[in-house]
Amino acid sequence: MNPPTGTLQPTAQPRLARWKAVLDSRFMPPVLITLILLVGNASFGILEGYQKTLLAIATSIAAELLLGRVFLRKWPHPASAYISGISVGILLRSPAYWPYALCAALSITSKYVLRMRGRHIWNPSNFGICALLFLASASVAGLSIQWGNNFAAVVVIWVLGSLILWRARRFHITAVYVISFLLLGLLRAHITGDPWQSEISPITGPMYQLFIFFMITDPKTTVRSRSGQCVVAFVVAFVEFLMRLDQSIYAPLYALFWVGPAAMLIEMWMDSRRAHSVGTLSVQAARP
Amino acid sequence: MMRISPARIIVSIVFVGMLATPAILRRLSVQRDQFTGVHPDCQAALARYGLCFKEVSKQAGIDFVHEAPVLDAKLNSIMPEVASMGASVSIVDYNRDGWPDIYVTNSRTGSMNHLYRNNHDGTFTDVAPELGIADVNKAGTGVSMGAVWGDYDNDGYEDLYLVKWGKPQLFHNDQGHGFTDVTGTAGLPPWINANTAVWLDYDGDGKLDLFVGGYYPEDVNLWHLENTRMMPDSFEYAKNGGRKYLFHNLGNGRFEEVSAKAGIDSRRWALASAAADLRGTGYPDLFVANDYGVAELYLNDHGHFHEAGEETGVGFAPKSGMNAAFGDIFNQGKYSIYVSNISEEGVLIQGNNLWVPQEGSGLHYRNMARDLGVELGGWSFGAQFGDLNNDGNLDIFLENGYISASKTRSYWYDFSKVAGGNSSIISDASHWPAFDGRSLSGYQQKKVWINDGAGRFEDVAQATGVTDRYDGRAVALVDLWNTGALDAVVANQAGPLLIYKNAVASGNEWIEFGLEGTKSNRSAIGAQVTLYWNGQQQVQSVMGGGGFASQNDRRLHFGLGKNPRIEKAVIRWPSGTVQTLRTPSADRLYVVKEPQ
Repeated sequence: MNPPTGTLQPTAQPRLARWKAVLDSRFMPPVLITLILLVGNASFGILEGYQKTLLAIATSIAAELLLGRVFLRKWPHPASAYISGISVGILLRSPAYWPYALCAALSITSKYVLRMRGRHIWNPSNFGICALLFLASASVAGLSIQWGNNFAAVVVIWVLGSLILWRARRFHITAVYVISFLLLGLLRAHITGDPWQSEISPITGPMYQLFIFFMITDPKTTVRSRSGQCVVAFVVAFVEFLMRLDQSIYAPLYALFWVGPAAMLIEMWMDSRRAHSVGTLSVQAARP
Repeated sequence: MMRISPARIIVSIVFVGMLATPAILRRLSVQRDQFTGVHPDCQAALARYGLCFKEVSKQAGIDFVHEAPVLDAKLNSIMPEVASMGASVSIVDYNRDGWPDIYVTNSRTGSMNHLYRNNHDGTFTDVAPELGIADVNKAGTGVSMGAVWGDYDNDGYEDLYLVKWGKPQLFHNDQGHGFTDVTGTAGLPPWINANTAVWLDYDGDGKLDLFVGGYYPEDVNLWHLENTRMMPDSFEYAKNGGRKYLFHNLGNGRFEEVSAKAGIDSRRWALASAAADLRGTGYPDLFVANDYGVAELYLNDHGHFHEAGEETGVGFAPKSGMNAAFGDIFNQGKYSIYVSNISEEGVLIQGNNLWVPQEGSGLHYRNMARDLGVELGGWSFGAQFGDLNNDGNLDIFLENGYISASKTRSYWYDFSKVAGGNSSIISDASHWPAFDGRSLSGYQQKKVWINDGAGRFEDVAQATGVTDRYDGRAVALVDLWNTGALDAVVANQAGPLLIYKNAVASGNEWIEFGLEGTKSNRSAIGAQVTLYWNGQQQVQSVMGGGGFASQNDRRLHFGLGKNPRIEKAVIRWPSGTVQTLRTPSADRLYVVKEPQ
């Protein structure tokens, strides 16, 4: 996951400007996710200790600094790696330590290895977590029931998360996904005959809070146009819908795993076609 | 042509290596398992592990098959889940003939509980009907979930408290010739939906008191539901379960409910409890393993409890507690606590807890289940400590498996879909998808973890003959045939009662103690024996219930290893009297009466 970032706008109202600056700061998402972690652990003990999460964060930041230095010849900002590490620490469940280090390392390394035209195409922590769930199911699980099931925590996360996403101009992604999920959940209930409450239940759970606010909105691994982002969010929800019909427990993570990179590749292909057309037109226009 | 930098090539190779790491680790793990693997041959198991189990229920004349509860039809769609408990086993010498007998519960309305009298020749006979403790699951009274035995009136014969979803029942043992239902005069409440109870003398007055842990709220009649909002409101933080009871024995056949006065106030969903003096105060502390939440540890301050789960470390991380057993696994004179939870590959890995007391001031525990290799036991239920191969170290026998139905279709997807959701969704049974014949962590391999004495446990269940795949609930350890080996009696949900007879390799010696209180309660529940031999010590306590829905034999069994030099056995009675037996001999049972 990378932090959704916005642009600082000058304002005549200093106090308001300060608040806006705080909300727009690229430190805000890390602060929010840290808050979720601390509140979740203090009230519900979701981590069973901080060691594994600290290991994931440390591994993530170390990998980012090392690889950034090698490939970009500069020290990268650690905010993105911090969020990836903390996401791994929250979303991954294992009694062992090694999956946390491995997942964090895989997440960050994927940014530098799996690249097309200078862009990484997988959301880092989505890639790392899915890779571990695919390849090490005997040792790891995803976050599922380790949450308080109460409404208050969800409301706090939704209010804060929505505020930040609104400022970062990415709230529409979350909104399209959530609406799509709910409508498709009702359709799924109709198809399977299961209670509709059971179909919308997941979105009230812990995994989705991180998924909808931090993963699908990642600026580095989402397409650029606003309409494209809405389409991709819907397609993620739709692929998840199909996977859920096949009883895939980690359907949202897997759906993003496949749809996210596919959308990026399509966008790159369309960009290249556009560039080619512009180039051809330019050449034609330049001909006497 | 595009040029790829050496750095990118190296990082790509490392990346592929990282992706391959889980597969490599799994392969290594499989190879290790194969190395320690299956030895169906009993001789090989004896030579290698020092024990071998043989399932002998048929030869013993036992053909009991547990029947699950059938509750209100409103719960039909998830009946396998809500009716997933009730199989229990407790050991008692009800007629004082010196041979342990077996009591097992049944859970369908109208079904019979069984008391298997030990015939001293390897066989058992069900005598529950003639003694009046068989037909206890009558319509309108609820059904059995467990049983604990204790001599509440100190007449020398063990009495029976029947743990039920329904009307709790207390039976007085009439000198081994029959049982009288004394519930009406005992002062018990009309209805408790409980899964656990334990006898203990919490105030040291020489009379056994009784703790009962509610699961469903006591105002819920599971056969006549007013509505379907009777499920937990959270899967890890639920506090809408049944209340807890502490019945103080008044000494005249009556009990007074004193939980609030004694400092016990909780509505967590209790599934297991056990009591022992964990701090050396002379008073029994109480450990409660809760489903859907954290465990509770009630420390006993001379008859008044204070809950210290969080402060001692055992009550912080919420899981699905289903077992409470105490064992001195390091032979240091201190109890560790084993709590079972849920682990399912790729879905939910809570891991079982082995709470080991730490050095230093105050009581503080650290979960060392992973370090010692006893963390992953599937959907775990009952577990007991016992020296199964008499090598001087306490081992663990674990039962598991939740719902075994279809072998190809699982309910896990639907379970995880709902369980993580908002409380208003999960707490209503009507919101849960139908089970429709699917399994949930079914057909699991049991665990027999052998303690090597050096900090590691090894699972030898398959190699030593524990190969059943039933939905195990309760296990009780007992030297059924007075041979000096701990046998295992296993109660399976909607499955047969299994008797695993244990053959221990010759050479390893043992000693057993059968205690009888005089100033203390006559069952000697809470009495503690510390055995000193070969420069080490091991402590065990007479328990009034423990594990999950079970009670081990009250006689204490110590394995000693080869050529033991026993220094002494120190008995600390609940009255405070300390009695020392100097240089007792190995390979015999000591029947010890508390000095007057």
